[in-house]
Parts: sequence; structure tokens; C-alpha cells
Amino acid sequence: MKLQDTIHYSWYKHLFLVLILLLCLYGSISVTDADFSEVISGADQIGVFLSRLLHPDFSYLPKLWGPLVKTLQMSVTGTVLGMIFAVPFAFLATHVVTRNHVLTAIIRFLLDIIRTIPNLLLAALMVAIIGIGEVTGVLTIAIFTFGMVSQLIYEAIETIDYGPIEAAESVGANKIQIAFWSIAPQVIVQIASYTFYALEVNVRASTVLGYVGAGGIGVILNSSLALFQYERVSIIILTILVVVAVVDSISEAIRRRLA
Amino acid sequence: MISFEHITKVYSNGVKGLEDVNLCINDGEFVSIIGLSGAGKSTLLRSINRLIDVTSGNITVNGTSITKAGKSELRKIRRHICMISQNFNLVKRSTVQMNVLSGRLGYYSTIKSILGLFSKEDYQRTVEALEQVGLSDKLHTRSDELSGGQQQRVSIARTLVQQADIILADEPVASLDPVTSRKILSDLQDINRRLGKTVIVNIHSVELAKEFSTRVIAMKSGRIVFDGTPEELTEEELIRIYGKSFSAEQAEAKL
Amino acid sequence: MNNSNETAASAAFRKQHTQRFLAAAVILLIILWCAAGIDYSGLAAFSPQMGLEVLRGLMKPKWSFVYDGSGEDLASLLLLTIGIAFLGTAIATILALPVTLLSASNLWRSCPLVARIGKFVCNVLRAFPELVYAIIFVKVVGPGPFAGALAIGVHQIGMLGKLYTEEMEAMDETPVEAMHAVGAGFWQTMFFARVPQLLPIYSSLSLNHFEIAVRSASTLGLVGAGGIGAPLIFAIQARNWDQVSIILLGVVLTVFVIDTLTGLIRKKLR
Repeated sequence: MKLQDTIHYSWYKHLFLVLILLLCLYGSISVTDADFSEVISGADQIGVFLSRLLHPDFSYLPKLWGPLVKTLQMSVTGTVLGMIFAVPFAFLATHVVTRNHVLTAIIRFLLDIIRTIPNLLLAALMVAIIGIGEVTGVLTIAIFTFGMVSQLIYEAIETIDYGPIEAAESVGANKIQIAFWSIAPQVIVQIASYTFYALEVNVRASTVLGYVGAGGIGVILNSSLALFQYERVSIIILTILVVVAVVDSISEAIRRRLA
Repeated sequence: MISFEHITKVYSNGVKGLEDVNLCINDGEFVSIIGLSGAGKSTLLRSINRLIDVTSGNITVNGTSITKAGKSELRKIRRHICMISQNFNLVKRSTVQMNVLSGRLGYYSTIKSILGLFSKEDYQRTVEALEQVGLSDKLHTRSDELSGGQQQRVSIARTLVQQADIILADEPVASLDPVTSRKILSDLQDINRRLGKTVIVNIHSVELAKEFSTRVIAMKSGRIVFDGTPEELTEEELIRIYGKSFSAEQAEAKL
Repeated sequence: MNNSNETAASAAFRKQHTQRFLAAAVILLIILWCAAGIDYSGLAAFSPQMGLEVLRGLMKPKWSFVYDGSGEDLASLLLLTIGIAFLGTAIATILALPVTLLSASNLWRSCPLVARIGKFVCNVLRAFPELVYAIIFVKVVGPGPFAGALAIGVHQIGMLGKLYTEEMEAMDETPVEAMHAVGAGFWQTMFFARVPQLLPIYSSLSLNHFEIAVRSASTLGLVGAGGIGAPLIFAIQARNWDQVSIILLGVVLTVFVIDTLTGLIRKKLR
């Protein structure tokens, strides 16, 4: 009986795939100098860490309030700022609005580039250019929001119903009028929903932005980590978790009502 | 031979699926189970291979109790019972061959089957079964590329390689057009007559039930209300089973 | 009759209108409060000349850094970053599978508690930011790329575990029933009914997380967990803008290429 007649008829394809994956794995292990025995020998370190993390310093809680509010304020301001720029650029990134392939291609390329910069690197760069401070955090969040949401919006615009646009064109409306009266009403709910989604993501992100000095609760997370005060780290992370969960559920409730 | 002794099934939400059912099905019969949706047809069928655990009573298949069987015993009994269902129950992303071969899983150890070490005979059985249902050229085709009727025939091929003595079919034609339905049922009839296998079918269409089966059982709210030959299933009996609205429904179905 | 209906309708309309107006006002107030709460003094230190200087530096990437054979150049650092990301996602994928087996509730019908524990583990693993894991692992295995890979790996076990579990719970159960009916055991059902259905989805999810891992890996250098992050931060702190520029270019290009490649593979998987 030949192998072609069995369920292994395409074995060479599977073998090839497995070999490639193993090769990649071997390569990644060798370039990162991975040695899994170190994890086991360092296990006591993990244990110490965990046991200290399990005893959060609740007395530190009142001092967290200020930075926490600041983190939320930064997230909201950054999100709104990012949205203000994201909406017009998203419109410009769709062919329906611009009727110009070159323009949409250029705008999309720019948006793609902005999206590829990891947000922590973006924050580090902004800190270097503007200096340490809350404004830096806000601007970082704004740019990050801009990259993320503009893509979501232009993808939403591409799926709208083209009927109203044709109707508006037939009565002689110009491009800006079409964008306002025929397209915007169809995507306004989605835009609102994406805003809340972005806010969720940003609250999560802003907690680590402090690491590079961009303000908010991340700053004290960083300093507590640097000073090995894991009891504080624990309470900070717990607080962040609660806040993220609350923001998540509020924004999810609002998004569900909008949908 | 399958026998039901005082079978009762109460679902966890309090709904009674079966109520004191006593039934005996002999080898080589072609039994149709009819009745309204929710009358307990599906529960009855699924309790035969214990896809549903009954609340009380005893079901024996060829003399062994399935309700009391242990894990490995249950596996052994299930080898002899195969099942076809409304949505074909195929793994859509797998090839036709893989789906048909999976009918033999009950005969393999876990390790052997996971490594795909199926025997030559079973590959041969697969080829023959596909020939019988007229799908020989689809061996390496992905199942979701087939039409509904073809998919149902793949699931029949799976039951053929399983070489079970009993075929359970849960609404096998509910999602198919009338012509394909008839084709599938006559395939089953052929298997029943030629290979002498017991076939038990849940079916909505009274007309098809009468045409193909040797025995008709009607269910109403968990109880058996009719059990006899297709000829005995008169208009009056049907009204008793389905209620007064039946004649209107029947007329509609014939349109 | 008609009249009263109309007034009722217009009253409802007016009520809805007021509600909307109120909601908009509240949101606006919140935004204003947030914007007013920010300390803008940092902006005062910024001068246009400084910005221009930075921009001018960024416009002149230091091409000589791309490759110089020392092992500390851009090409080898980027390769290292990809290596960290791959190893991290590989660890996560391998370990997320047993976690999924524990946390998928459709596998634990008779004992739902196990699934709940499994899901809890996922949530806890996901809760900590990668940066925190990186700091822990730098302590455990010493600073270096392996710490970064472990950090990404452990964080993504939670992420992938959750997504894998959701897919497992949402899958079509009918073939599973068919397998049970032919007398297949648990693992036979797993490999013949579940794996074929889930493999493409799981691969796609893992690839997606590889994309995410590449981004993370390029930032974890901040805490000494290897990759391109550390040289970038040093260059920023030293205001070596030509170096910053070439590193950023490299990161953006790498992320872009990997996103495109995995995007292509994922499209094929469907």
C-alpha cells in the first residue's frame, strides 16, 4: 500500500513545516542564550518574589489616589486629543472620500508607520524630545490613539452603504459635504465605540508609560520596583487591575448601549 | 436486539424527556420514530448508545446492559452502534478519508490512532465504503467542500466502515431537499436489506416513514403512543398522535 | 386619541433629547476636568530650536550602525529581538495548551470547578504587565535576552490561554458527539474532532501574538531584558539622534515586515 493512499498523503508538507518551526525555535534559543535550567535554579527567587507580592502593603493605598486620578486624566485627555486628529485622517485614508488613490495610499502608509512604533518606545522618544512630564504622557497616548483608531475608523468607512453617497453626488454635493452628510452619520456610532475601546487600551498602557517618566501611576510603580519594595508593587498592581476592570466594564456597558 | 425496560429520563431543568418507555427492537428491523418536536424522539435514540444518560430503567443492546456499562465496556458496545445525524457531524476541515476512517477509532488504542497508524484493511474498507456511496473520487477532498447530500453520504460511509450492527439516524434528512432525502433513505434501506443491519430513524416526514420502514413508532410527550407496521398507521392514528392540526400540516407538506 | 398620542410621542422625544444633551454635557465636563488636571509646565521647557535639532538629527540616520560585524550592530540586535519574540511566543503557545485543557469548560462538564480555576490562572497571568515579568526574570536568570523571552512567554500564556479557551468553548460540538458515538476515547476525540477544527485558529492566534511579541521585545530592553530596547534608550539619553533615527527605522521596518508576513500566512490559514 502506497503512502499516497493513506491519511499521510501530504506528509512531506507537514514534515517541512515542522522542520522550519524547529529550526526557528533552535535559532531563537541560540541567539537568546536560553538555558531553561536557570529558571529552575532561580526558582527560589521567584518564590521570594511571589511571597512578597502576596502581602500587599495596604497602608500605601491612600497615597496611590493622586497618581491614579492623574493616570485617568492623562488617558482621557490623550484619547480625546488623539481622536480629534484620527477622524479627519481616517476620512482622508478612504477612497470613497478622497477619490484619489495616491493620496489615500500615502496617508495609509503614514498611519501604518505610526502604528508600528511600540508605545513604550514612543514614550521614551517623547520624553527625550519634550522632557519628563505629564504632557509627554498625554502626547504619547494621543499619538498611540491616533495610529490605532484611525485604522479602525477607515476600515469602518469602507464597509458603509454607498447609496447615500451617490444620492448626495447626484444633487451636486462636494467632497466635504459628502463626508459630513452621507458618511459621518453612518459611522458616528462606531467612532464613539472605538473611542471607548481606545480609552480602555490607554488606561492599561498609561500604567507602564510612567516607566520612562511619562507621568501617572507608572512612575511610582517604577520607583517601587527599583527600590525592591514588592509589597508596594503588589498593591499598585492590584489597584491598576481594579481600575482597568472598572474602566473596562463601564466602557463595555456604554459600547453595548451604542451598538 | 435492543430492549428498553421502564426507561425514564428527566432533564436537569425538570423537563421529562421519556416516561416509562418499554420497547423491544429486533435485529434487521427498519424502525421509524415519528412525533412532534420535543416528543422525546431524539432522547430515545440517543439513550441507545448513551449519548444521553437515562434517569432510571435499563437498556440492553444484544444482551449487554448499556446503562450499567463501565467506561471500556461502553466503548465496546458503542463500536456496534453507529450514528448519523441531521448536521452530518463531520469534522469539516478534515478530509473525507479522515472522517470515514474515524469510524474505526473504537478499535484502536489511543496512541496508535493519534499517530495515524491505521491498518491496511481499514484503508481498504474506507475505499469500499466510499465506493458504495458513490464518492470514490473525493478521498482527499476537504469535507466542507462537499454539498449537503454528499456530506451525509460521507457520514453513511463512516457508519459502513464502523461495521456496526445497529444504525441510529437522528433526523438524517431534515436539512436536505426532498430528492436527496429519498436517496439517503433508500441508501439506508439498502444497507438494512442487504447487510441485515438494524436501522432506527427519527424522522419528521410521516410519508417517508411509511414508505421506507418496516415498523413505525410514534411518540408523544415522552411516551410511546403507537407501535406497528406502516399499514396500521391510519389517518385516525395520525390525528391521535399529532392532534387535530395534523391534516392541515399534512396537506401543507404535500404541496 | 390621536392628539394625546402625539403629545406622548413628542414628550418622549423631548425626554430623549434632554437625556442626550445631559449625557453630552457630562462627558464634556469630564473631558474638561481631565484636561485641566494635567500639569502643562513640562511644555515650557520645550523650545522650537530643540525640536528642530532633534528633527535634524533624526533626518540623518547613522547608516554605519546597520552592520559592522561586532554583534552590537542594528542587524544583529534586530535578529536578537525577533529571536526573543519567537522564543517567547513559542513558550507561551506550548504552555497555553495544557492551560486551555484545564480551563475550557466544555471539557470539564462533570467538574466545572477545574475550568474556573484554569480561567483564574489565565486572568492572573494576564494581569501583570510584561515589564513587571521582565523585571522578575532579570532577577531570576540574570539580565539578557532570555529574561525577555521568559517575560513575554509567561505574559502570553495568559493571553493565549484565554483566547484558546474561548475558541475551544465556541467550537462546533457535533463532530465530538460523532466521535463519542463510534466509541472514541477522550484523546482520540481530541485529535480527530477538536484538533483539526482548532489548529488553524490557534496557529493564527499564535502568529498574531508573535507580532505583538516583536513590539514588546523591542521595549523590554528598558529593564535589561535584551533586544533593541536598551541601545535605543541609551541613544535617546545621550541625544545621539542619528543613532536613534536608524534604530527606529530598523524597528519600524522589522515590525512592518513581520506584520505583513504573518498577515499573509494568516490569510492563507483561513
